[in-house]
Amino acid sequence: MTKKFVRIDEAKCKGCNLCVSVCPKDKLISGKDTLNKAGYYAVTANDENICIGCLNCALMCPDGAISLYEE
Amino acid sequence: MNTLFEFTKGMKPDSTSYCPGCTHGIAHRLIMEALCERGDLGRAIGVAPIGCSIVSHNYMNVDMCESTHGRAPAIASGIKRVHPGNIVFTYQGDGDLASIGTGEIIHAAHRGEHITTFFINNAIYGMTGGQMAPTTFIGQKTTTTAEGRTEKANGKPLRMSEMIATVGGAAYVERVALNSPSGVRKAKKAVLRALDVQDRKEGFSFVEFLSTCPTNWGLDPVASIEWVNTDMIPYYPLGNFKGMEG
Amino acid sequence: MDDRRLMKGNEAFAEAAIVSGCRYYFGYPITPQNELTEYMSRELPGAGGSFVQAESELAAVSMAYGAAAAGGRVLISSSSPGIALMQEGLSFLCSVDIPLVVLNVSRGGPGVGGIQPGQADYFQATRGGGNGDYHIIVYAPASIQESIDLMGKAYDVAEHYRNPVMLLVDGMLGQMMEPVSMPSRDAYALPEDVSAMKPWAITGHDNRRERNVVKSLRLKPDELEEAVEKRGAKYAAAEQELASYEAVDIESAEVVFVAFGSTSRIVKDAIGLLRADGVRAGMIRPISLWPFPERAFEQVPASAKAVISVELSMGQLIQDVRLAVNGRFPVELIHRTGGMLLTPEEVAARTMDILEVK
Repeated sequence: MTKKFVRIDEAKCKGCNLCVSVCPKDKLISGKDTLNKAGYYAVTANDENICIGCLNCALMCPDGAISLYEE
Repeated sequence: MNTLFEFTKGMKPDSTSYCPGCTHGIAHRLIMEALCERGDLGRAIGVAPIGCSIVSHNYMNVDMCESTHGRAPAIASGIKRVHPGNIVFTYQGDGDLASIGTGEIIHAAHRGEHITTFFINNAIYGMTGGQMAPTTFIGQKTTTTAEGRTEKANGKPLRMSEMIATVGGAAYVERVALNSPSGVRKAKKAVLRALDVQDRKEGFSFVEFLSTCPTNWGLDPVASIEWVNTDMIPYYPLGNFKGMEG
Repeated sequence: MDDRRLMKGNEAFAEAAIVSGCRYYFGYPITPQNELTEYMSRELPGAGGSFVQAESELAAVSMAYGAAAAGGRVLISSSSPGIALMQEGLSFLCSVDIPLVVLNVSRGGPGVGGIQPGQADYFQATRGGGNGDYHIIVYAPASIQESIDLMGKAYDVAEHYRNPVMLLVDGMLGQMMEPVSMPSRDAYALPEDVSAMKPWAITGHDNRRERNVVKSLRLKPDELEEAVEKRGAKYAAAEQELASYEAVDIESAEVVFVAFGSTSRIVKDAIGLLRADGVRAGMIRPISLWPFPERAFEQVPASAKAVISVELSMGQLIQDVRLAVNGRFPVELIHRTGGMLLTPEEVAARTMDILEVK
């Protein structure tokens, strides 16, 4: 069984939350309450085995901060 | 480990200067992904507009030049004359293309230039701070229509795709929206088709992206996407206006 | 073998550009330069080039920018009000250091004005009608042959300095016919590899080099200042290297005329008339208007009673003459404007009036 997972480059994230709004899984991507270097509340992806690899988040990310892999 | 999605090599890895949630970043990425997939990165030449995306050349990994306000289609026409075998494109916002540059865009289409224009319609001037654009909606509040645009004072919003589709030299015209993952997938297909039309020398190709400007709309990014769905798409219908017959 | 042939000015300018390697022309109809646009539409496609009739002068100069930034040798031409519209592009071309040759077959102004010859675009050409710190290098040929010779030079200078160069002629030169020697179209070998000759050109990076970006925008004031200062050094070099003029009998002159272009030919005839009346007259004919050949005025003898600017405008050239003379001699003006021309007799008579008062 392959595991799919989301990687977020938190330094590039501007916290727009478009990825969160289109993710079909609750709690896969969520906002952080600390600022990144650029001054944004970046999002982070948890490592639970719930990503279905639909790419929605990456497609909607305006900042090239999201990549997806499976293993 | 298999890669399901990675940021395209067609874009420089740096962060953009665009506001959070601004869909310029999605449009940039789609165009560069399409050029990469076609193997065209090395032969593409882009023209950046005046407006927020004048800095697009900081991010797009192709030869590019800046333009004077609205003149990108004329500049691209000149480039294409010197390099007819290259892929030449303009990237323009709605102040640039639908206001000061209406002459240049209509006549590039009119001549059937073998160039592609990517048109970002977010119904407002972004870089200058949220003034009314020709594409601004009736009732939409901007810094030059504080009580909302009125038809009496400002006319009705311009529909550029519909207008360009009437011009003989336009071979492919499509309006897409960066409003959802499926919208983004459709937009990518339109970009690929437009580049294909250029490569086959069928005429002028044009893709209009309904886009967001959360900062100047005064909405958060997710609510901005919703505004595209509820307000923009009913007035600016999505779909192909030319070049998909048969 | 005499290869001289009779050619109309506007057609000769066009052919001169082609023999100088120009392969791209973008134009918009305006009198009195239409024969040039028409000639290019007939001749360029057959010469392996490209002609586009633009939708406006704004579009024409923009197309020219695109083609020149892509590495092409480009000509644009227009007449006074059309050149006014092109100022946006000329300022921009200077800001991105892109070479271009521009021909102004000038007419009377301001505004739409008329279609007869004028020289009232002197300020527009030499001061720059666009925004910002920049200069256009300007040559003012006095004959069709000199226009042909300067056209080749204009391309070399434009590419050496990476700056637009203007040939400022008037409707008289554009519309007249003269016998000329025209070089062959083989005289200039088109470069096989534009990128080697112009490494800054946007040609597509071919995945072999870093991308080229032609950019004007500099939001950081220190960066903009640095770029403008760098260009300023280029202009300082141009002032040293490019100022050119013709001096006619000024060594012992009691009156020295200053005139450019077709007006200088009228002044030459006036000098003959004055000589017959015992007046020793000479002329400085600026060939480059920017940079202005100030050093020519060092040759004006101390015995001169007046320096007279002769021009088809209300007194524009005279400002550079005053700066060059710098108070050493009285500076006077003889002019007509609006498309009216001076005659040698009129120049001679007005000169006698000026000398009588002195």
